[in-house]
Amino acid sequence: MTLRSLALSARYLSREECTAIAKRTLSFATADETRVLITSTSLANTRFAVNQISTGGDSFDSVVTVISKFGKRSGASSTNQLDDDGLRAAVQMSERVAKLSPEDPEAMPELGPQTYREGVNWSDVTASQDPATRATAVKKIADPAKSAGLVSTGFMEAITNAQAVANNKGLFAYNRSTASVLTTTVRTADGTGSGWAGATHHDWSKIDPAALGGRATQKAKTSVNAVAIEPGRYTVVFEPTAVGNLVQFIARAFNARAADEGRSFFSLPGGKNKLGQKVVDERVTIVSDPFDPDVASAPFAGDGLPTQRVVWIEKGVVKNLDYDRYWAQKQGRAPTGASSAIRMSGGTASLDDLIRSTTRGLLVTRFWYLRPVDQRTILYTGLTRDGTFLIENGKITKPVKNLRFNDSPIFMLNNLEAMGIPERVSASEGGEPGQAIMVPPIKVRDFNFTSLSDAV
Amino acid sequence: MAPTRRDFLTSAASAAALVGISSRASATSTVDALAALAPSDAAIAAAEPNVRELATLALDAAKSAGADYADVRFVRNRSQNLSTREQRVSGISDSETYGFGVRTLVNGAWGFAASRDLTKEEVARVAKQAVAQARANRSALVRPVVLAPAPAANGTWKSPIEIDPFSVAIEDKVALLLAANQAALAVKGARFVSSSMFFLREEKTFASTDGSFTVQTIYRTQPAMTVTAVASGDFATRESNDVAPRGLGYEHVRDAKLVENAAKWASDAVEKLSAKSVDVGRYDLVLHPSHLWLTIHESVAHPTELDRAMGYEANYAGTSFVAPPEKVLGILKYGSALMNIRGDRTQHGSLSACGWDDEGVKPEDFDIITKGTFVDYHTTREQAPWLDWYYKKLGRPTRSHGCSYAQTWAAVQFQRMPNVSLLPGDKDIGWEDLISATDRGIAIIGDGSFSIDQQRYNAQFGGQVFYEIKGGKIVGMLKDVAYQMKTPDFWASLDMIGGPKSYYLGGAFGDAKGQPVQVNAVSHGAPVTRFRNVNVINTGRTG
Repeated sequence: MTLRSLALSARYLSREECTAIAKRTLSFATADETRVLITSTSLANTRFAVNQISTGGDSFDSVVTVISKFGKRSGASSTNQLDDDGLRAAVQMSERVAKLSPEDPEAMPELGPQTYREGVNWSDVTASQDPATRATAVKKIADPAKSAGLVSTGFMEAITNAQAVANNKGLFAYNRSTASVLTTTVRTADGTGSGWAGATHHDWSKIDPAALGGRATQKAKTSVNAVAIEPGRYTVVFEPTAVGNLVQFIARAFNARAADEGRSFFSLPGGKNKLGQKVVDERVTIVSDPFDPDVASAPFAGDGLPTQRVVWIEKGVVKNLDYDRYWAQKQGRAPTGASSAIRMSGGTASLDDLIRSTTRGLLVTRFWYLRPVDQRTILYTGLTRDGTFLIENGKITKPVKNLRFNDSPIFMLNNLEAMGIPERVSASEGGEPGQAIMVPPIKVRDFNFTSLSDAV
Repeated sequence: MAPTRRDFLTSAASAAALVGISSRASATSTVDALAALAPSDAAIAAAEPNVRELATLALDAAKSAGADYADVRFVRNRSQNLSTREQRVSGISDSETYGFGVRTLVNGAWGFAASRDLTKEEVARVAKQAVAQARANRSALVRPVVLAPAPAANGTWKSPIEIDPFSVAIEDKVALLLAANQAALAVKGARFVSSSMFFLREEKTFASTDGSFTVQTIYRTQPAMTVTAVASGDFATRESNDVAPRGLGYEHVRDAKLVENAAKWASDAVEKLSAKSVDVGRYDLVLHPSHLWLTIHESVAHPTELDRAMGYEANYAGTSFVAPPEKVLGILKYGSALMNIRGDRTQHGSLSACGWDDEGVKPEDFDIITKGTFVDYHTTREQAPWLDWYYKKLGRPTRSHGCSYAQTWAAVQFQRMPNVSLLPGDKDIGWEDLISATDRGIAIIGDGSFSIDQQRYNAQFGGQVFYEIKGGKIVGMLKDVAYQMKTPDFWASLDMIGGPKSYYLGGAFGDAKGQPVQVNAVSHGAPVTRFRNVNVINTGRTG
């Protein structure tokens, strides 16, 4: 048997299969309202370390989650056993839990049938990626690294997913999607230099392994023997990945209820929120659009609500916060759904232009170990990693040691000097596809670095 | 890497399923859900003839496809999550997932495949797929994998629980959470409270071509609460992380005294609002084990993972300053002579406790740091031979420390930290003794914000509650406190250590490492401690 003959396209449940499973599940239900969520996923990955493949694997799973409601009482149960016995047991468990649960004053009725647009986050190329394809991609990075006396490490993953939502009021939604990612870290053999590059897209053919390997290698070579600089406030040019690392935390704080309850950056005293207020530089606009082909996401949410284009921040002003169905009804607004993917506005400058325009500052490739310090200001701490350089008179002059910062993306986007052309970035620290994010490189002043690290 | 991911703590799969749709099919099934009042256990799982039969089939299929070694894990996870907010229940779910994963070694290259479909045909297909994976991976192989010898393991093991959490009525659990919420909200100024319980039962059958066949039933339990106090334009929260998750049953919820503690946590949140913002500078830190466990996790347990030291995790979790092995083993001065660190999977009620690891090795307790000197790494069967020269020098056998673990049936096992703990001193020194011995310091209880670099040198830790110490007495509460430290300097400044009575086991469910990221559950024990002259920053608004 050849390898190719084993390389079947990834498994996932079709629309017809999901329809049939939903119908069977609902046929066992006795609750006033029942919702069925179906997720089927093939995960396929290859890891490499020290210039060779270290592990890899694939898995296939399908999960049915049942949500049952008797009046204002609800329960949930999940199963990955999709025969009649498994589905019936899940429904019975969910109904049992619902009956045992107290009434929920915030219970919302199930949605009726909805109209959905077709999702645009599917790629056949990604769905048919096999271990041999991944091994070839690894060699495009590992072989040149090895020849150059460097040490490459990295991760590739392809995800093929189908999801469906159905309920006993006639709602049915189905979408299939793919995601792929490749990230690599190249280090010098003596561990004094380290460079990273990565990319993610739902379409694997948009990712160029050799180019990523080249970028990581270049950074590894040029980051050797980094010098110490004094921590403090610096003008910084952030590469798009670093911008994505931080800007995603603004999107995570959009929850309207937390804002109205006085426990968010978006809160104002007296139970008010910052809708309509300017919070960042007027050149900044942040939008979620599930049908943006560069940063596509699912056409519906877990409750079956269709997703839509939402402008969160426009020209620096808060235009929308994230209202779920309950809070929207209570506050007399339309539900928005959460931010599933984000695109930030940019400019026309290249990264090189931003560097050239800088008299003295730092260039940051990406951040690591980002953790919230103060929710009141979206203040985070974390460290630079795998490519931090000093810029003097428009040129990168030397590598610098990594630095810890304590600062907020809100402050950062208020101290904005210039923006470049937005790019899709891999902003998840774990190197998984993560949330779809498209952000520009930016230049800001007075970014707050608080200590040095000897880590390379 | 590291991060005990906070969002994972209140539980994973079931919550995600409730909210909607995760691209990573996470869990769950309800095969025995209706038997909830008479839960199945490992003995029953073992008695299911088809698991042993399917295991044999998987190993045979892998061998006949060309595997030199193969192992298979059948894992059935039942989880229950209850969450409440003020006086309402925000979610209850009960889920189960069942599946299997086959790992193969072909000419020194690993392959792995997994499926939820427990039929003979699928087991054979998956075993062959794992072999095909290994063959594909062989094309980029430099150094073939060699496994350290391990005796064949056979037997059963079960967590030492008193009360099966799945046998306790949901009404009783909800009533306890709502009573605790009420107690918190009765404190003036406490405005919001959320509380939760998470329970896991993992039934795991492992078999290998080395002749192992083990059946284990592992329980994990975590009650949790967060209280938020709000004043005009300001808010403060207190998390209940001084009650740690444990490898125990419902008795751990009972012993957590949620109703009694809720009022204290609420008072702390309210007091934080008017606490004095810390003056930056150097202080002596008196650290409670409910805080120090996380500092141990990040600055000691992670850097002593051998895969990190060898560069295998460079792309995400990072490498380690405790490297290369030949320059640090038995040589590196990690901290003061009071520092003795041990790895184990045996402490009663600890999260890492088990009978055998995920490649059939019976774990042993092992010293990692002795009197401040680094002496050993955490290892698996693949890794122990990398240190063959060292163990030979010491006259010890080259064997795995039993640190292989996979988060689910769908994920491949690799090296994960065991419990890593700071041993107490001999003298009966307690919390009050450390405070009265301290002239200018800060006492910290509970873990807070945490961040450390990818080689584990530079770290920053917050906490839940901070007290200012002056002249040997606590004079009031502080806020906006975080300390920044360099690992060896920090541990060198350890100058007082508590006795066995002050020992406490902290821990978390969310220890993250690997790509794709897998989470591991670990406990870290410590006595009360004092560290001299540590750099404290103010994390209040700076922009």
